[in-house]
Amino acid sequence: MLPTHAPTPGTPAISPPFWLLAELTYQCPLHCAFCYNPLNYDAVRNELTTGEWVRVMREARALGAVQLGFSGGEPLNRDDLEELVLEARRLGFYSNLITSGVGLNEKRIAALKNAGLDHIQLSFQDSTRELNDFLSSTKTFDLKLKVAKLIKQYDYPMVMNCVLHRHNLPHVDKIIEMALALGAEYLELANTQYYGWAMKNRAQLMPTLEQVREAERVVEAYREKIGDACKLLFVVPDYYEDRPKACMNGWGSVFLGVAPDGVALPCHNARDLPGLNLPNVRDMALADIWRTSQGFNAYRGNDWMQEPCRSCDEKGRDLGGCRCQAFMLAGDAAATDPVCSKSPKRGEVDKVIRFVSQAGIGLDKAQPIEQPMVFRTNANSRTLNIS
Amino acid sequence: MSDPLFPATPALSRRFRLQYEEAQQSHVLLYPEGMVKLNGSAAEILKCCDGKTPVDQIISDLETKFRATGLRPDIESLLTHAYQHKWIE
Repeated sequence: MLPTHAPTPGTPAISPPFWLLAELTYQCPLHCAFCYNPLNYDAVRNELTTGEWVRVMREARALGAVQLGFSGGEPLNRDDLEELVLEARRLGFYSNLITSGVGLNEKRIAALKNAGLDHIQLSFQDSTRELNDFLSSTKTFDLKLKVAKLIKQYDYPMVMNCVLHRHNLPHVDKIIEMALALGAEYLELANTQYYGWAMKNRAQLMPTLEQVREAERVVEAYREKIGDACKLLFVVPDYYEDRPKACMNGWGSVFLGVAPDGVALPCHNARDLPGLNLPNVRDMALADIWRTSQGFNAYRGNDWMQEPCRSCDEKGRDLGGCRCQAFMLAGDAAATDPVCSKSPKRGEVDKVIRFVSQAGIGLDKAQPIEQPMVFRTNANSRTLNIS
Repeated sequence: MSDPLFPATPALSRRFRLQYEEAQQSHVLLYPEGMVKLNGSAAEILKCCDGKTPVDQIISDLETKFRATGLRPDIESLLTHAYQHKWIE
């Protein structure tokens, strides 16, 4: 059951959004099998104009947002990126470019620096050319190395990001070595979580518990060895936790996403949740979207929770976990996140884990079995059965 | 000789941006995808870290500005913390 009302008087005041994620476009030169964009992204065509994005940024800044992510798709696909960065700097945002690196030549990186871009996060898919290019279904590895050098040359702080899964988890040491060699200040080693395209490819991507624990040991050993030369962030797949994460730090708490067509998102994957009336920035002021819209209030605070969350003494810590996982695995977006060992649906998660541990691991063994990897392409986006 | 607890002429690291945030009613340090909220005295001290002013001068400037004495221990402790977290260099 979905609450449809704004918070009642007496509930704590709504905090300002901290993070505006501007998904400038769903178009992307990469075809990653774990992309978090919606499966039907190719149907989204009416992208916000430069002027509309400027208005969104102004309204978000007035609400108190301070961190701004330019993302996508590939944000460099928009030729007004420099203009948007300039406005972001003028407004006092700290701006982050989240990119595959494709399209980032020296001319653009210099122009972005002049416009006031603060930081670049560059994604890799693996430490090897072979696997990087296979997983993104492109030939981009050498280009990414070149871009990493440009980022350093232009004195940006560099966050490297590598999404982890069964195929590259055994390379985690080499991925760290690569980040050190390229001079990254932070390395995000985030295991795939299973939504969108990654859910389609779950049987192909999900690692075993042993792989995850081994990678954790490797990361810990590196942390001791390298000190704070590069900060290593390691995120375990939710399925291997027995308590859920505080997803988005709480619904409508810090995160405000805006999709290429102007749909405002309380979480990256909110479009896949049923019963949400997601407002569009073209129709509603951002302040109303954040404070009073049904979409942003549906899971705000604790009132929406069911048992076992409602009476749980840990609900303040994990806020009931991830709504998308609750919907996909328990069939109810307001249920307890099934990764929680207190969830009556935890068995659904364990079933997946059992399947993975029996299916065998490693690229060689995994390739011929099950179904082939479904890459994120325009054609697949149009033909996949979207439920 | 052990490493100094903080630089003699501290400068705010170019990896951080210091600014006032109306919504937070405080100064903050911004860095990739993150923010440190500063209390009033930390902000006053970090504002003095311009890479030109020696610590002794920072202390006497702040004591004059706030008509106070004996601020050295607090300032040195904040600078130590700031150096450990690479806010200053």
